[in-house]
Amino acid sequence: MGFFSKIKDALVGNSAKQNEKYVAGLDKSSSSLSSKINELAARYREIDDAYFEELENILIMSDVGVSMVMTIVDEIKKEVRLQNIKDPAKINEIIVDKMFVIYANEGYMTTKINYADDDLTVILMVGVNGAGKTTTIAKLAHMMLQDGKSVMLAAGDTFRAGAIDQLAVWADRLHVECIKGKEGGDPSAVVFDALKHAKEKNIDVLICDTAGRLQNKVNLMNELEKMNRIIKRVVPNGPQETLLVIDATTGQNGVSQASEFAKITDITGIVLTKMDGTAKGGIVLSIKDKLNIPVKFIGLGEQMDDLQEFDLEQYIYGLCKNMME
Amino acid sequence: MAFESLSERLQESLKKVRGQATLTEENMDEMLREIRLALLEADVNYEVVREFIAHTKEKALGQDVLGSLKPGQVVVKIVHDELVELLGTEASELDLSTTPTIIMMVGLQGSGKTTSAAKIAKYLVEKKSKKPLLVAADIYRPAAIDQLVTLGNQLNIPVFERGTDVSAQDIVREALAYGKDNHHDVILIDTAGRLHIDEPLMQELADIKEIAHPSDILLVVDALTGQDIVNVASSFNEQLGITGAVLTKLDGDSRGGGAISIRHVTHVPIKFIGTGEKLDAIDLFYPDRMADRILGMGDVVSLVEKVQDVYDEKESIKTVERMQQGVFGFDDLLEQMHNMQKLGPISGIMKMIPGMPKVDIDDEETNKRFKVMESIIYSMTPEERKNPDLLNAKRKIRIANGSGHTVAEVNRLVKQLESTKQMMKQMGNIDPVTGMPTQRKKQNNTYNPYRKKVRHKKKKKR
Repeated sequence: MGFFSKIKDALVGNSAKQNEKYVAGLDKSSSSLSSKINELAARYREIDDAYFEELENILIMSDVGVSMVMTIVDEIKKEVRLQNIKDPAKINEIIVDKMFVIYANEGYMTTKINYADDDLTVILMVGVNGAGKTTTIAKLAHMMLQDGKSVMLAAGDTFRAGAIDQLAVWADRLHVECIKGKEGGDPSAVVFDALKHAKEKNIDVLICDTAGRLQNKVNLMNELEKMNRIIKRVVPNGPQETLLVIDATTGQNGVSQASEFAKITDITGIVLTKMDGTAKGGIVLSIKDKLNIPVKFIGLGEQMDDLQEFDLEQYIYGLCKNMME
Repeated sequence: MAFESLSERLQESLKKVRGQATLTEENMDEMLREIRLALLEADVNYEVVREFIAHTKEKALGQDVLGSLKPGQVVVKIVHDELVELLGTEASELDLSTTPTIIMMVGLQGSGKTTSAAKIAKYLVEKKSKKPLLVAADIYRPAAIDQLVTLGNQLNIPVFERGTDVSAQDIVREALAYGKDNHHDVILIDTAGRLHIDEPLMQELADIKEIAHPSDILLVVDALTGQDIVNVASSFNEQLGITGAVLTKLDGDSRGGGAISIRHVTHVPIKFIGTGEKLDAIDLFYPDRMADRILGMGDVVSLVEKVQDVYDEKESIKTVERMQQGVFGFDDLLEQMHNMQKLGPISGIMKMIPGMPKVDIDDEETNKRFKVMESIIYSMTPEERKNPDLLNAKRKIRIANGSGHTVAEVNRLVKQLESTKQMMKQMGNIDPVTGMPTQRKKQNNTYNPYRKKVRHKKKKKR
């Protein structure tokens, strides 16, 4: 107990500014969840089964997976019984606590990119169609450039019409080199070219775009495996990061996406995009719970600098801030 | 499959209502909970689910469980019917009555507007003999225009574009004039993806609507979308008055429960579904098939219909009886094979069976094997066909020569017949209703629809 107030103190005290941007970005997604829980607390004089059912529904509405919701609610029930809480207003803190603990339970998480010390760092971006891979690459490259890294892009989406151009436009804006292949060509060849170039020019980071693929397309998933092999041949430890891009509006299918992609490649983190909408992206809690893949970044808009490191404390604070005040 | 199907989930709760004659509040509760969870896991919006469950409960209460049906089957049927009703009973098409027909594609980023626009254009050319013009009005996302132009080139459909320096409104205005001059009878406007809460961009759509007076505004929605679909659909609908929806990425393994939410919130029909990345992967929307998908039932309905078309009930009962008596010859095998072939390619059938593991079946290979078997059987005498035990080495050589195959192949066929027989014997132990093997020894109860009903005459009292 008191976990949340600790977080809140820490956040409000130290990094109030950064926090503000985060909260502003998450405002829409948070307001509905927390205001609903608040409203719920106001409506119920005491905690009973009906209260829990509504709570369950509110959590489900934020796309937290169904089974996950059951776990959270069960935990809360237990806690309530143990501490003999009768006042719904006091339960809010427990809800936040539980969500936090469930997400964080499997030890240490980092949102830092795992850079290779004396080799090329290769980052592979994967995800279903339209999740926002290409845009995220641009944002990520922008972030790394600001960190003083040299970046190169590989246009590995040779399938979708206009995808190569899209990345090329971003590369122009960022003034980085973008290795392109032919539309309809073999993406592995593009990646191989890019690896060679990056090595020659002593580039720090190579970010590889891939075509969007639904996780149940076997052939496309095999193609991904091949790209992985090619990268390993040139950079033995690569890809240092394989980031799965997931759209915040994604529902229950997010778990299936994460688990299928994880079968093929070693997913090191998730980028949660389009968090500036009303969607809550609650599915990341389920993904973390089931597959232990942490979220590393979240996308909060269409501009280059609209990418933030994921901060669990701030995320949950953003989701629930109205609830606490 | 990431999810268990609804029918599987219901199994557990069904045990409790087994043998009860009517559906009551008590015995329904658990089932309804399972249905609720199944729908939620299929991403149907929570509000919609709640209403839906209340409605279903009302309908199901007091229903008699008729004949040999099980309570669970009755419930599933009610749920299925309700879903179909919710989704609309008929496939809905585009309104092509005005010339030029103007269609606007709107939606969130990455939902598949541009691809869908190209697919619909192709559909209009091929199925409706129209001459569409694609308009690239996405001036924000890098290379969005290139994407549409590339697709247009592939399809040989003209694309109107003015680069990214002209406002979307002006592009549409010019495109309308251009379309008129060049006698295009359908104008498809591809707009930029936007969040439904982005006011300036939503205003832009309203402006375009004002300029173009589209007869159809199609909201493109990704089938992977979760609960938020309701917010998206309702605010697009409030601000623009959409006339239909396109559900994309249905070739994934998501259940696509969002379709229900869209219908429920906006009352507009879903007009198309996107089923792949190729440009012809678009389909009209059939509510009953979608209901099956959401419930995870596979397309059993179509399969049953197909089987009914092909199989003659009388014949199959005879075959089954013969099999159970252990008389099963080559001619029976041949007949079964022919019936199977009438059902269509095996891979297609497998797809319709829910819970069937995804096996890659090479249809050509199977057909070839069928042909070989057929020719061997045709080379046998009628006696040999009836009684496989007759086949000795000499006869086998004759059959092999006659059919142009080797003795080994004849032997393989004989083995296959044996294993089929074996399988059929085991099948005899399967409860035909549940499809589960029963331990109980089967009574001699081959159902004969032509049996005479035995009436016990009352003894007349003297």
